[in-house]
Amino acid sequence: MTPLTLELHNIPTQRLDLSALTPDRLAGMSAAEISLIPLWMGNRQHTVEDFFSITGEDASQLVLNNAMNRLDCIGADMTSGNITINGDAGVYLGQNMRGGKIHVNGDVAEYAGSGMFGGHIRIEGNAGDFLAAAIPGERKGMRGGAIVVMGNAGDRVGDHLRRGTILIEGNTGDYCGSRMSAGTIIVFGKAGNYVGFGMKRGTILLSNAPDIMLPTFNDAGYHDLGFLVLLLSSLKELDSRYAMNPARKRVQRHLGDLACNGKGEILVWSDKTNMNCT
Amino acid sequence: MIINGVEIEDTFAEAFEMTATRVIITAINYKWARHAAVTMTGFATSVIGCGVEAGIERALGGDETPDGRPGISVLLFATSGSTLAKQVTNRVGQCVLTCPTSAIFSGIESDQKIPLGQYIRYFGDGFQISKVIGGKRYWRVPVMDGEFLCEETTSRVKAVGGGNFLVLAKTLSQALLACEAAIDAIGKLPNLIMPFPGGGVRSGSKVGSKYKGLMASTNDAYCPTLRGLTRSELTPDIEAAMEIVIDGLTAEDVRLAMRTGIHAVCALGASQGIKKITAGQYGGKLGQFHFHLREIMNDAAHA
Repeated sequence: MTPLTLELHNIPTQRLDLSALTPDRLAGMSAAEISLIPLWMGNRQHTVEDFFSITGEDASQLVLNNAMNRLDCIGADMTSGNITINGDAGVYLGQNMRGGKIHVNGDVAEYAGSGMFGGHIRIEGNAGDFLAAAIPGERKGMRGGAIVVMGNAGDRVGDHLRRGTILIEGNTGDYCGSRMSAGTIIVFGKAGNYVGFGMKRGTILLSNAPDIMLPTFNDAGYHDLGFLVLLLSSLKELDSRYAMNPARKRVQRHLGDLACNGKGEILVWSDKTNMNCT
Repeated sequence: MIINGVEIEDTFAEAFEMTATRVIITAINYKWARHAAVTMTGFATSVIGCGVEAGIERALGGDETPDGRPGISVLLFATSGSTLAKQVTNRVGQCVLTCPTSAIFSGIESDQKIPLGQYIRYFGDGFQISKVIGGKRYWRVPVMDGEFLCEETTSRVKAVGGGNFLVLAKTLSQALLACEAAIDAIGKLPNLIMPFPGGGVRSGSKVGSKYKGLMASTNDAYCPTLRGLTRSELTPDIEAAMEIVIDGLTAEDVRLAMRTGIHAVCALGASQGIKKITAGQYGGKLGQFHFHLREIMNDAAHA
């Protein structure tokens, strides 16, 4: 069977909610049935056929072509299957997803992976602010799974992160890992200012020390941490450049955020001569 | 049946269903990994008095361990899941956590989980850190040389305990030499341990005792010094008997170990004073597994 492919032929004038189009929801549906699925654009209801042409039949391998950043909530609540997005994606990509994989060949807007419980999001371009963060009113951001961003990410990566792994191959904006209570954020490039602001627990692993470390993080010295070997070897599954590096476990450890009695850690690799930064 | 002049008695070894787990102990080098493993498997010869039967399975290279360091694989056997769980936690807490540079991981997978570091984490007094990596939870417990890394749980599987055979020889030194040859040969096999000191047992037991409360007592039929007083199984030309007990993850593992061990003993042959191979059993009603010696050695002949 060929992948079910939706090609955007009519550019939406406002933001379009695609949360209805996930592999598990489309399983077993014919092209005719899919074409009549209602989609919301602003306060107006439309159907899939108003925006997309449909080819293929394998809904477990959903492909979105000509995607753009007005397409919101792609893969929200999905539990299985794969979504490949050729183009950009809007806000709330993979929100609350529980399984499956989303592969974006482009950039994504804010709140990608917010509230996700499981699964895997891979973004070949850049991610907007609040990657894997809690939406306003929520107390927990991402709660499981893995997100890989091959480009850069915006501010507030992993705000209120509860569990899971976020890997940024490029740089991040400010307040990376703010208010996180668990989980792991790895930044291969350089993190902005105020890393770990309000952090309770969890791990932020940096290749490069930030320009400004919050004064509420104390230096615990240099250590060989065995768990880093396991962590880095697990990144092989994520097809990360990290996995290409030899296992390095010597880091400088900073503990905080002491402003909120936090026991989180910011680990900075100390052996920069071995690093493969670009 | 006679192999190289050694009689293989027409009897069977009676073994029992047990539950077992494998853990992998790593450290900065083999020396310290072995220290932890030896301590963890100390006082673990028999479930009768130790709660668990445990031993070192083999040494592991850095490419075989989760954290890439040299390691030791340890097998632990018990009669129930709850006993095994309690013993594993106690032994990790007292023998592995305390050993410099050590870490411990599960070395076997099944749906039946038992705690490995699940309770040890409380030693961290609130400073312990949980990490879920590759779907498994690990605990990082701060200790004075850095961090003790342990996997939260290990798995337990059905296993076989008490596979055995007895070597009857003309002299004590000949019996010992034969047992050492068997232990060396069996020690090369995976998935099993010989839990008694050095792998050999000189105090084979029978069920029951004249004393109340003792569930096992000396196997007087094989004690050479009691010949003439009890109903001895030893002929006048036999001066010593020694037993090798084997716990394995499967019946096939035990069978292969018995075959390998008996072969090693028979290779010495009657010329080296080996008279007979027999096995320990309890009437056949207690153990779920019967390993018939002649059947095992016949399989070997046809293999």
